[in-house]
Amino acid sequence: MAQNGHNEHPKYMLIFLYLFILTAIEVGVAIPEYSIVIKGILLIGLACGKAILVAAYFMHLKFEKGILAAIVITPFLICVFLVIMLMPDITMDSRLNAIEKPAAEVVDTTQH
Amino acid sequence: MEQATTLDHTEDVYEPSLTPDSLGKLGMWIFLIGDTMSFGALLAAYAALRAGAGVIGWVPPSEILGINLTAGMTFLLICSSVTMVKALESIQKGNVSRMCTFLGLTILGGVIFLGLQAYEWTHLIKHGLTLTDIPEHGLKGGAISGSTLFGPTFYAITGFHGLHVTGGVIYLIVILIHGLRGRYTAEFNHEVEIVGLYWHFVDLIWIMVFTFIYLL
Repeated sequence: MAQNGHNEHPKYMLIFLYLFILTAIEVGVAIPEYSIVIKGILLIGLACGKAILVAAYFMHLKFEKGILAAIVITPFLICVFLVIMLMPDITMDSRLNAIEKPAAEVVDTTQH
Repeated sequence: MEQATTLDHTEDVYEPSLTPDSLGKLGMWIFLIGDTMSFGALLAAYAALRAGAGVIGWVPPSEILGINLTAGMTFLLICSSVTMVKALESIQKGNVSRMCTFLGLTILGGVIFLGLQAYEWTHLIKHGLTLTDIPEHGLKGGAISGSTLFGPTFYAITGFHGLHVTGGVIYLIVILIHGLRGRYTAEFNHEVEIVGLYWHFVDLIWIMVFTFIYLL
């Protein structure tokens, strides 16, 4: 398992260059102000690209057995699922609160 | 008949499927998978609190957090990941002193990262970002208002990551001491590879934290 990786080393400086360029693009994308949805999609896409580069080349996941990659990807998918599961609950709750109780009244009740 | 008996005999010999090398590596991967869930839970909680801030609103992170410094910190962690793979590459070629130099540079990267984080936290606390409050004025001087949960989520997530970096630096120092004593050779070096897995994971998590906490 480990022996396979010994002979072939990927070009690390090239990966470093990619990561550097992706970070620069990320900062460039983040600074101007525009739609948070488009910005979110762009930034998450770029971050995933960087994460895949680090995992595949620096952590040698590309050179391991495929099953290991499948095992490692699972918790990331579960995390995405976790966020999706939380979203409807939180957003609906805050909307209901906003309709039923104005912000000023909420402040009053907490002061008593 | 004779063939059948020899076959049976070979099947009786039990060979563990995990060698010491692959066992350690698998153990680290299992730990990292668990750790992914810890960070995942923290980031999901952050997303839920931010989305649920509703009527009070959430301060845009760019109003409070400086991106330039943390972009530099990201760059630093990527550099230290490169020195880490170079350390592994060196020892696999049998060059012990080169490995120790690169391990030392990796540790230096981690320590500078922690120093910058301490500087950033001190600055933010002085600026008014605490566990219960947010600053009255943003970076651009305008008055800001929003959920006071900005502080706790920020400190919890970056603090948890900083703790991982601290642990990684200690782990790397232990490996460096073993290296200086001549423990590792071109044949025996899986421990260097395992510390590398941990270090790259810390880098990977920072990439996510940087995106979600600072940039979005």
